[in-house]
Amino acid sequence: MDDVEHEIARWRAHVGQGPAIDGRDVDELEDHLRGQMADLGSAGLSADESFLIAVTRLGSLDDLAREFAREHRDRLWKQLVLADTADDVSSGGRTWPEALGFAVLAAIAVQVARLLSDFPEGDSTWLVRNASLLVLPFLAGWFVRRRRLGLRPALVAAVPFVVAALVVNLFPWSPDSNTELLVAAHLPVVLWFAVAWPYTGGDLRSDGRRMDFVRFTGEWVIYYALIALGGGVLMGLTVGILEPAGVDVEAVMLWVLPSGAAGAVVVAGWLVESKQQVVENMAPVLTMVFTPLFAVMLAVAAVVYAVTGLGGAFDRELLGIFDLLLIVVLGLVLYGMSARDPAESAGWADRIQLVAVVSALALDVMVLGAMVARIGELGFTPNRTAALGLNLVLLVNLAVAGWLSTLFLRGRTTFDRVERWQTTYLPVFAGWAALVVVALPPLFGFA
Amino acid sequence: MQIDKDLVAASATPLVLAILADGESYGYALLKRVRDLSGGEFEWTDGMLYPLLHRLHRLGYVTTEWRVPPEGRRRKYYALTDEGGAALAEHQRQWVTVARTLGEAWRGHDPLPLLLGNA
Repeated sequence: MDDVEHEIARWRAHVGQGPAIDGRDVDELEDHLRGQMADLGSAGLSADESFLIAVTRLGSLDDLAREFAREHRDRLWKQLVLADTADDVSSGGRTWPEALGFAVLAAIAVQVARLLSDFPEGDSTWLVRNASLLVLPFLAGWFVRRRRLGLRPALVAAVPFVVAALVVNLFPWSPDSNTELLVAAHLPVVLWFAVAWPYTGGDLRSDGRRMDFVRFTGEWVIYYALIALGGGVLMGLTVGILEPAGVDVEAVMLWVLPSGAAGAVVVAGWLVESKQQVVENMAPVLTMVFTPLFAVMLAVAAVVYAVTGLGGAFDRELLGIFDLLLIVVLGLVLYGMSARDPAESAGWADRIQLVAVVSALALDVMVLGAMVARIGELGFTPNRTAALGLNLVLLVNLAVAGWLSTLFLRGRTTFDRVERWQTTYLPVFAGWAALVVVALPPLFGFA
Repeated sequence: MQIDKDLVAASATPLVLAILADGESYGYALLKRVRDLSGGEFEWTDGMLYPLLHRLHRLGYVTTEWRVPPEGRRRKYYALTDEGGAALAEHQRQWVTVARTLGEAWRGHDPLPLLLGNA
């Protein structure tokens, strides 16, 4: 009998290696194995024989691992297998030259554009407007290569970038145009969603793949922030060391800073893809620390503004900060969702998230009220229209998210529903940003 | 007789839901019940049951609970939720329609003699 116990232990270890099969699943499978063995044993088979038969009936480990992987994408993510085949993972060390190549291309593109537009002496609005177009195509291109997309999907992936480039550069902007600045702010969002197409290998319909992209976005932000932090320290020290030697530091910065910022976009993407485990331990911790802090801050802000009223303090700058805050909260909620195990039942983290969502909703309603009053008084401008639309888009999202979370906390619906609402809503964000880029400038005469 | 793989896959969800409608159960017992019900003709690869159960859980059709039964081993029990019951009803409607349609289509070339011939 000891022999069989030994065999079972080895089998457990082997099954547990599957990236999408966690410890509790192995417990469950072992229970099954032992149940089957007991039945076979009572039919007269020896322990060894019944073990063999029971294991065979469970099916080949490869098939089992694949079926589990299909159901538990979120776990797969943690093991960095995703769309890649097994041999790709084992050769993971060799993916970096390609990523580095795309990063260098992005850096070159930015530098060429900088020289052409005579930055910083010349008119820099062209560069500001086109900045995301100089960088994100390379991230998309890298994903096209990495996902081994064929020619047709690759061309489809290029379409939004080409259209954006045409729109942004063919519009007859008037000098000091407000719509031009709005486009500069919204275009990166549009193009980021355009990266989602090659990222998901063209499979944008599946909720699971969309959530993967949300997760990717969150991890990318973390990696990018880390790189920026390190880069900042490096820059600071470089200046400190070179300046006394009489080197023209500003010229050096003009070469290093934009190149680094552009290249880091691709490098951060590569890091997310290949060094997943590093962030994977950090991400849940980060959301766990910051969601409560943001929840408290939002609740306090909501109460304060509800008491004092928004009217006096409301101006363009405050509006910008409010919108930024709402977007960060939404990002935090989304990212927290993507890092969560959907099978878990509602816990304190979900309650805190609901507090954050409800407070954000209250703030959004107040902002909208103030904005509608202002528009009624002074009429529509490009800025007000863009802000109004953004706040409406956020309002709908937060309202339904809050409602679904409440149902979920009461056990009236599943987490899957809450999550699906967010993934179905993603195209609305992309659509609104695209609308601001394409429709708003002609609507306001490019002013 | 070997039942086609796609057919097995399509019927797996209503089958499991229907068994759970009779009361909570756990993996191995579910599988034995499937074997009994099909007279052994419905062979599943045992392991595939679990990803299916996890999917049903994610969709909110079943609840799960780890418990230690009197005879010892810790075991994960599955129980049908109201939503699962509704899903089962929907599956039943669809299968009845499929069966009726096939029945209509096959009238005339009665499969019964064939079946009896095999038995």
